[in-house]
Amino acid sequence: MLDKNGIARRIAREVKDGYYVNLGIGIPTLVANYLPEGVNVVLQSENGLLGIGPFPVAGEEDPDLINAGKQTITTVPGSAFFDSALSFGMIRAGKVDLTILGAMEVSETGDIANWKIPGKMVKGMGGAMDLVASAKNIIVAMQHVNKAGESKLLPKCTLPLTGVRCVKKIVTELAVLDVTPGGFRLLERAPGISVEQIRNATAGKLIIEGAIPEMVL
Amino acid sequence: MNKVVKNAQEAIEGIKDNMVLGIGGFGLCGIPENCITALVGSGIHGLTCISNNAGVDDFGIGLMLQTRQVRKMIASYVGENAEFERQLLSGELAVDLIPQGTLATRLMAAGYGMPAIFTPAGVGTEVAEGKEVRRFKEKDYLLEYAFEIDFSIVKAWKGDTHGNLIFRKTSRNFNPLVAMAGKITIAEVEHLVPAGELEPDQIHLPGIYVHRIFEGVDYQKRIEQLTVR
Repeated sequence: MLDKNGIARRIAREVKDGYYVNLGIGIPTLVANYLPEGVNVVLQSENGLLGIGPFPVAGEEDPDLINAGKQTITTVPGSAFFDSALSFGMIRAGKVDLTILGAMEVSETGDIANWKIPGKMVKGMGGAMDLVASAKNIIVAMQHVNKAGESKLLPKCTLPLTGVRCVKKIVTELAVLDVTPGGFRLLERAPGISVEQIRNATAGKLIIEGAIPEMVL
Repeated sequence: MNKVVKNAQEAIEGIKDNMVLGIGGFGLCGIPENCITALVGSGIHGLTCISNNAGVDDFGIGLMLQTRQVRKMIASYVGENAEFERQLLSGELAVDLIPQGTLATRLMAAGYGMPAIFTPAGVGTEVAEGKEVRRFKEKDYLLEYAFEIDFSIVKAWKGDTHGNLIFRKTSRNFNPLVAMAGKITIAEVEHLVPAGELEPDQIHLPGIYVHRIFEGVDYQKRIEQLTVR
């Protein structure tokens, strides 16, 4: 079974040299720590920056320089600032190669729910609906089951949707799966996890063809 | 051409109860601190505020919530504010949550003279309820209307007496878009210089969109999530 860093490490292998990438808050942010040598990417922050750098050293933080999670950051050489309309313009136009984000639920047709739980205070969708509606390639990083032990990979989402038919790939603590027209296609098992365990944790339609390899990290 | 006003009090003259305001900034980054303070002291009520966020409890638009001046908030994310939550649950405050890119583009449309835009954000979700859907090249889009804003209030780094603005780093965010959407637009700047001193090639927003400008004082520039290596 993978921990959060393990999920991030596996997703990092999906990132190709030269990509423009938008990383969501949480596990997706960790992906930047595990990019293989020779894979150079530009990270987009939807509040208006291409070229996110590391967090600043203490004393050098700048209140005019934050990421979409409102954290102080730095820039890397070659970065560019722009306004919010241009930021979502480049997202909408499909210029961002890869979007990695978290989810509460994903359906077997690629619908995603990650912004609202009925009965709880709703904070808002931020840029998530714009990102999932337009990104060419969306990878979801999440736990396979929720805290109550219920599968988050469902035939149909039960929570209010963020977007429809948009998720391409899911990496959880148990498995790597593609979303295909026929359902969730199991690609890899996490170290020490059996196909049976993955089957038991997946409520939506699961396609298992041939021997499923253990993932290489 | 005289756009320069003395201070925030003079800048907000003419803002009345029940008006629609656009307010620049992302989180607490690039917010018009001086004008918010002036609004808090003004007694103006029943405002509709269009802004990406609603500040925190004791800063930004949160200060206008403490004084119950905001009737409706139009934003994409309001998660950092306990007083906001209390007023929302008690029914004192109405909120319209819309996708961040839709918010930005509806402001842009207003400044570009376009009545509406099409965006795929929210298709198939509750955001699409009651909205016109159009299909272009086998993909669905929602019709979203340009905002109509009585007063826009923004913050820039530098500005000149003609209202030309230059923003700094990620404090640009929604500021030029909010500025272009207002019937009347107020800009507060950290450095106000005479027209001619800013390099024309470096201007982010031309002064045609700005009607009142002043140099702000005592900027706090609070950091919401101080994060270091």
